[in-house]
Amino acid sequence: MFTPVPNPTTNPVAAKFGQQDLIRRSASSVTPPAKRQTEVAKLIDVSKCIGCKACQVACLEWNNLTEEVGVNVGVYDNPHDLTANTWTLMRYTEYENAESGNLEWLIRKDGCMHCEDPGCLKACPAPGAIVQYSNGIVDFDHDKCIGCGYCIKGCPFNIPRISQVDQKAYKCSLCSDRLAVGQGPACAKACPTQAIVFGTKDEMKQWADHRIKDLKSRGFKNAGLYDPPGVSGTHVMYVLQHADKPQIYAGLPNNPSISPLVEVWKGVTKYVGLAAIGAFAAFGFLHHAVAGANRVTAEDEKNAERLTEGRR
Amino acid sequence: MSKSEVDAGDGVHPGKPVIVDRYTVAARINHWITAISLVLLALSGLALFTPALYFLTGLFGGGQLTRIIHPWIGVVLFLSFMGLFFRFFRLNLWERTDSVWMGRLRDVLANEENKLPEVGKYNAGQKMVFWSMSLFILVLITSGVVIWDQYFGNYFTIEQKRIAVLIHSATAIVAICVWIVHVYAAIWVRGTIGAMTRGKVTGGWAWRHHRRWLKDLVTGKN
Repeated sequence: MFTPVPNPTTNPVAAKFGQQDLIRRSASSVTPPAKRQTEVAKLIDVSKCIGCKACQVACLEWNNLTEEVGVNVGVYDNPHDLTANTWTLMRYTEYENAESGNLEWLIRKDGCMHCEDPGCLKACPAPGAIVQYSNGIVDFDHDKCIGCGYCIKGCPFNIPRISQVDQKAYKCSLCSDRLAVGQGPACAKACPTQAIVFGTKDEMKQWADHRIKDLKSRGFKNAGLYDPPGVSGTHVMYVLQHADKPQIYAGLPNNPSISPLVEVWKGVTKYVGLAAIGAFAAFGFLHHAVAGANRVTAEDEKNAERLTEGRR
Repeated sequence: MSKSEVDAGDGVHPGKPVIVDRYTVAARINHWITAISLVLLALSGLALFTPALYFLTGLFGGGQLTRIIHPWIGVVLFLSFMGLFFRFFRLNLWERTDSVWMGRLRDVLANEENKLPEVGKYNAGQKMVFWSMSLFILVLITSGVVIWDQYFGNYFTIEQKRIAVLIHSATAIVAICVWIVHVYAAIWVRGTIGAMTRGKVTGGWAWRHHRRWLKDLVTGKN
């Protein structure tokens, strides 16, 4: 068993990280701290998940969210998708393993992956609405969010959702408020089978190795860790029984990365665009300085008068 | 015989100087609604386009309001430009002399208009502005709807929105460049702005820049 984060002390403690620990801030630059905090991570072991949804409940509870009463369409996923209130969602897949002939119930807890290279943050136009702390947490600051939905376009995992109530974007915060006082995420705390464990990223990788060895010894020869390099790794990782086929876990991307469309839009378009506008304006000034105004002459007026007189 | 270059509402008043009616009151109001919308759209759009210009959201009451108001101004612009389009498109149809004019852009820029073919109500440059703006505004409203998440967010996939937002911003940049050309030309060619404010130009201006139009007006061809 992985030692869980202990219960909190009843004495108030100083926040373990804050504004001084930002390594990225949307639509603005920050001076990164001289020393990076130890990177944290949440490890979700799909093979241990029993689909009880305690994590979903804990998330709603801790974050004081209420989901609307939904409609049953004959699947276990409830609600049907992530929403502005449901920041984490169990996604159930019935997988027929052709090799073993077994039916496997793959239950993946979906939610923000806290990418090291966050597409949401890079797409965000509002300064400071999305921040990344040096411990790896990517967090939304709702006071600064303008509700444009650019984060949704930037995200390779289809995670942020815009609230229909306040038109602001919401997603898992990795319980940054709990972590700041030395606690683990609410979902990890509630998980009865340790399918969700929390610790430093190195610890989680070690723990994942141990779990993968165990799975391999049980015949899951493709068991592995999902820590996708396309986004420079994530601070929420999965242990998958079939790490060669992430797609079978309710569409987990095989090799996620920020869309090249978003990179072009936020990169070259911005610089070339502003340069083009500047060049056109500069041409105007230059042309006026060199060629001068195009003025109507007295002769032009005379010609016009002659032409109109001819009519009378 | 070529078509008449005269629009409804155009007229010529002999005198010293000759005064020529170029745009009706309705056309001018229509133009200025379009113009104001376009400037507001450029400012609010650029604010969301690059963090360096995010401060422009202050003009609209902050980021949220900028995000809310931008698409609505876009709707106003689209409808208003539709009005301009149907008012002006007939005399903006491309003719063979327009290609000649375009080929001698060097003379145009050197203020040597006597070397150019006689121009009707619109010269080739103005026609290019007209048609490019018509195309860009169509592209902008279409791609804009795709990324108008508040009302249309559920109708399009994320990939479609990514494509739309890239097209929307790139097209907007080109449209702003065309707008700079349009405004600069109005300043550079003196006597032009009066056409869109009071609706009138002098006979000399018409003789110098749009001689075929003036001649058609005087001969009463229509």
